[in-house]
Amino acid sequence: MTLAGHLPILPVVLPLVAGIVLLALRRVPTGVQRGVGLVATFALLPVAGGLLQATGDGTHLVYLLGNWEAPYGIVLVADRLAAWMLLVTALVAVFALLYALNGTDTEGRHFHVLFQLQLFGLNGAFLTGDLFNLFVFFEILLLASYGLLLHGGGRLRVKAGLHYVVINLVGSTLFLFAVGTLYGVTGTLNMADLAVKFAATPPENAALLQSAALLLFGVFALKAALVPLYLWLPAAYGHTSAPVAALFAIMTKVGAYSILRVYSLFAGMDSGPLAGLLDAWLLPLALATLALGVLGAAASSGLRQQAAYFVVASVGTLLTAVGLGDADALAAGLYYLPHSTFATAALFLLADSIARGRGEPGDRFEPGPAMPRAPLVGSLFFVTAIAVAGMPPLSGFLAKFMLLRAALDTSTAGWVLAVVLATGLLGVIVLARSGSLLFYRTHTPQSTMPVPSLAALMPVVALLVLVLGLTVAAGPTTEYTAAIAAQVSAPQAYIEAVLGGAR
Amino acid sequence: MEALIALVIGVLTAGGVFLALRAQTFPVVLGLTLLSYAVNLFLFVMGRLAVGVPPVISDAATAYTDPLPQALVLTAIVISFGMTAFVIVLALKARAELGNDHVDGLEDEEDRSS
Repeated sequence: MTLAGHLPILPVVLPLVAGIVLLALRRVPTGVQRGVGLVATFALLPVAGGLLQATGDGTHLVYLLGNWEAPYGIVLVADRLAAWMLLVTALVAVFALLYALNGTDTEGRHFHVLFQLQLFGLNGAFLTGDLFNLFVFFEILLLASYGLLLHGGGRLRVKAGLHYVVINLVGSTLFLFAVGTLYGVTGTLNMADLAVKFAATPPENAALLQSAALLLFGVFALKAALVPLYLWLPAAYGHTSAPVAALFAIMTKVGAYSILRVYSLFAGMDSGPLAGLLDAWLLPLALATLALGVLGAAASSGLRQQAAYFVVASVGTLLTAVGLGDADALAAGLYYLPHSTFATAALFLLADSIARGRGEPGDRFEPGPAMPRAPLVGSLFFVTAIAVAGMPPLSGFLAKFMLLRAALDTSTAGWVLAVVLATGLLGVIVLARSGSLLFYRTHTPQSTMPVPSLAALMPVVALLVLVLGLTVAAGPTTEYTAAIAAQVSAPQAYIEAVLGGAR
Repeated sequence: MEALIALVIGVLTAGGVFLALRAQTFPVVLGLTLLSYAVNLFLFVMGRLAVGVPPVISDAATAYTDPLPQALVLTAIVISFGMTAFVIVLALKARAELGNDHVDGLEDEEDRSS
């Protein structure tokens, strides 16, 4: 096999090796650890870019581990959707890590190790073609996220972390129950093979399959923070350190990705026991998530908590696009995904700079001392707020416009339009209120405040440049997301690519 | 045999859910452990119950049991073992930081007695 043939496993192996090397290097100076972490994270960019190129023409790169034929061995599958997710993850990770180098990484031990293992779990979850391995990669990314969430310690962080860990452990147990039931009925866990086996399942087992698939949906909804399973998110994301929260902006998207991937295979068929299983559920839940996310943002007492609620709202928008079950809407959603990830990550990072600059009141919405460099930080907040709220001229507006245009043809157009437009307006009002409270209702500071360093603001600027890039390159990008949506909507090609060798 | 195993899994799950809903961290940890025992058993029996038959190919065997669930359950045991260790340490840390073992870290005695 040529080197290019091993490309699909590189995004999994690279962070794993880097994590182990960093663990061995734990006694060397911080500079070396940072260097290794940075190199390993930056190296994911060309790898993801290469995968994007290799899958661009619609091929599925199937990597057979140990060269065991699917469905007997474990497979990694890289298609357009997986490559897209890998690229977004790598971009967010690079800027979150650059921000963390300003001092967050030395507040506790093993930050760089956990960061790399988190990327290992994320990339693996995007690439795996096997349900049990999806569980394993979920556990890896969760275990790393527990460590990162608690990094630096502190009372509120430990309390939020305990809730986060316990609810995710219960989620993992439910995941295993679902996996076990699916295996017990079909005798396979390869996702492509499962999709084939479902069609041949006798009708008396249909109810078992449906309950397992819905249990699985519940687990993914928990990871994606879908209503009513989103209550853990605001506290966990609001109390952790800024670069970790920025990286976690992609974590809820893992849940959304899993819903899209698994149900495009399981329920995307025209017939079979699971056809159209989620049609009645996903759209109302997604719209409710969007509405409650923005309402939560309106009721937030601090900027970081507000950013966390906007993460919930962005998942709502994304899953609305998935739930509409229409290729155009899905393309809009996949264009919205990087936009919302970059925008909320930038908001988390900026909130940290604001909290440091304001001193005692922190990021709470109450009058406080004027911060140094307020014009610069304020302008950045303004641009970030426009991006998060989905206002013109940035890409969030384009994505929502495409989503609404796709929704017009469906029977639920009234609901989708009403909720998306109303939450958009409310989001603008909420962010405008936050901005005016933080930047205008100020008094002269008694003591000198620490100046937000340019090194801390640069990752925010870079993330906003990415959003701008999405806006400028909207034409080619939406063409690409339309290609992803077309590929996801035709699961037959995925199944044939994975099982091609075995039949 | 099937009924007995089903009953065991059901009782373990019910006990696990009950304990996981308690307000102190220690019963919650015990509940999560019981849940993971239940799911491990569940995964194991998904390969169907068989007595005295080998999982790997041998000339003398007349029937085989499915080896895959045994591999799956091994992975699941390792993961749940690691997770349990982690959550115990976290619960101890929460006890140290918050001053009590309530899952919400209550502020004073009045909250705790209610």
